[in-house]
Amino acid sequence: MVTSQTDSAAVPSVQVEGLTRTFGPVTALADLTVAMPQGVVGLVGANGAGKSTLIKILLGLLPATSGRAEVLGLDCATDGLEIRGLVGYMPESDCLPPDVSATELIVHLARMSGLPTAVARERTADTLRHVGLYEERYRPIGGYSTGMKQRVKLAQALVHDPRLVLLDEPTNGLDPAGRDEMLALIQRISTEFSIAVVVTSHLLGELERIADHVVVIESGVLQRSTSTADATGYSGVLLVEVTDRGPELAALLRAAGAQVVASGSADSFTVELADESVLDTLQAGAADLEVGLVRMQRRRHHLTEIFSDRTEGERARH
Amino acid sequence: MPATEPVATPGPAAAGPGDDVIHDIGFRHYDGPRLGRAWVVRSLLVETVRGCFGLGRPARSKVMPWSLIGILLIPPLIIALSILLIGGDELPVTYTQYPNALQLVVSLFVAGAAPYCVSRDLRHGVMPLYLSRPMMRTDYVLAKFAGLALAVLGVLALAQTLLLIGALLAKLPVGAQLVGWASGLLVSVVLAVLLSAITLVVAAFTPRRGFGVAAIITILVVVSGVAEMLTAVAQDRGLTTAAAYLPALDPFNLVDGIAVRLLGAESARGHDVPPGVLGGLTFLVVTAAVVAGCLALLIRRYRKVGVV
Repeated sequence: MVTSQTDSAAVPSVQVEGLTRTFGPVTALADLTVAMPQGVVGLVGANGAGKSTLIKILLGLLPATSGRAEVLGLDCATDGLEIRGLVGYMPESDCLPPDVSATELIVHLARMSGLPTAVARERTADTLRHVGLYEERYRPIGGYSTGMKQRVKLAQALVHDPRLVLLDEPTNGLDPAGRDEMLALIQRISTEFSIAVVVTSHLLGELERIADHVVVIESGVLQRSTSTADATGYSGVLLVEVTDRGPELAALLRAAGAQVVASGSADSFTVELADESVLDTLQAGAADLEVGLVRMQRRRHHLTEIFSDRTEGERARH
Repeated sequence: MPATEPVATPGPAAAGPGDDVIHDIGFRHYDGPRLGRAWVVRSLLVETVRGCFGLGRPARSKVMPWSLIGILLIPPLIIALSILLIGGDELPVTYTQYPNALQLVVSLFVAGAAPYCVSRDLRHGVMPLYLSRPMMRTDYVLAKFAGLALAVLGVLALAQTLLLIGALLAKLPVGAQLVGWASGLLVSVVLAVLLSAITLVVAAFTPRRGFGVAAIITILVVVSGVAEMLTAVAQDRGLTTAAAYLPALDPFNLVDGIAVRLLGAESARGHDVPPGVLGGLTFLVVTAAVVAGCLALLIRRYRKVGVV
């Protein structure tokens, strides 16, 4: 797809180096160094992990104690105004005045982002349609459901056509159906609207579905930064299931030097794929024992393994 | 984009020229001008002024400001009629005294408007939406202040102008009336700025709108009463200097003193006013100091808003 953003695709949307922020004795971010590529980046961490602090620094609203932060190649410490013109932000908390309609609020906020009035009106109508608000947009926001409010919050972050949106817990408080719709919408922002997305969540599972890249922080410390494709790619483990004589085949493989781990039933086990010869041994062994191979399946990693495998944290920084 | 895929081809490239099919143009990007901080602040100011009069808000928000404005129509009408019926060559109340005569109406208007200006955004957490846009914290504070001051000035100027129209309908001399009207506007400007600064501070520290309204009315009434009382006590004790300065605790008296000494107007309250131009300048300096102090407090109040 041809877009005006193609030339900037190589520039990371967010880049921080040695970023530290302390509030008195509390360290919110500790020497954080990470680059977030364009596309959908999931920022994962428990409550209080430093996600919101990072976002405020990125918006140029909070100075860092030390270190550097850049958004779209602009320095957060000095170019805050310019950054805030190019970035959309959806706060986690309730932030909508109840006594105005969605249309009035978004038109007003579009002007607050520097759009002339006529453009603000036009883009408000467009944006509200994109996030799925129709007739109700003329009613006061006070009467909206949580799902509709989240859409209004998303619309105000998109209305000025930003190059990057920072979405803080956009699925908070939504029911499963609303959650799915919101995730689909976020994915569209990246793929159809060509706007880079940084989305925070404490639920890894939902980010696994939409994020191209995942950054995990805990207590202000980077745990892992990895592309989702890598994290959920094929592992070097093969799940094998045979019709009969499973243990004998496993013994055969062990004799050939392969790492075999028994799994659920007697006739199934997993074997580590050190190299292609394991497959040959397996095939020959099955033929010799005259058993049928029911299943040979390479396992995929799950994103949740990021959490269960802390020791990988250091290795994974790239 | 191939023309054979007219539907669901998002992005700006989809709207190619020469294709006579209806496109779902998807999300449209914006390459036009993005106006700077001045426009942002101006837009916020305009929005604030509109909101003070209930424009763009539900019907119930319009009741208070517009009934107060309706009340403003009555005195000039009565004054004009009385001059026509009884005769006379000047207004029973001067233009500079008029804002003081309207103390209750002006107080009620500003008590309704100031909490609208700041309490709503604080109470409902709207500040992050403003702060994440290309503006500074102080821009927000100053735009809200200027917006409220303009709205209050609008009410006062309307009252002055209605009085002028009444006077002209009663066929009073045009020249003198215009001069009086101009000095009345000058007094209104000072009063609007002073009242806006004070009431915004009160409203910014009372995020619940109802409390804000009540607090502002209470403070304006109580301060006025305390000023009267202290002045009376000072006069009783023969402290003439104190009796001249103490009424200035009430913003309406403060502005009245400026009008008396610097514009040569008649006092609206009959209080003693510090003598000479020096007295007027003192009042002016006090007014400026109060406004500056209130703005400093407001900016301080907003320094931590929206950041943990």
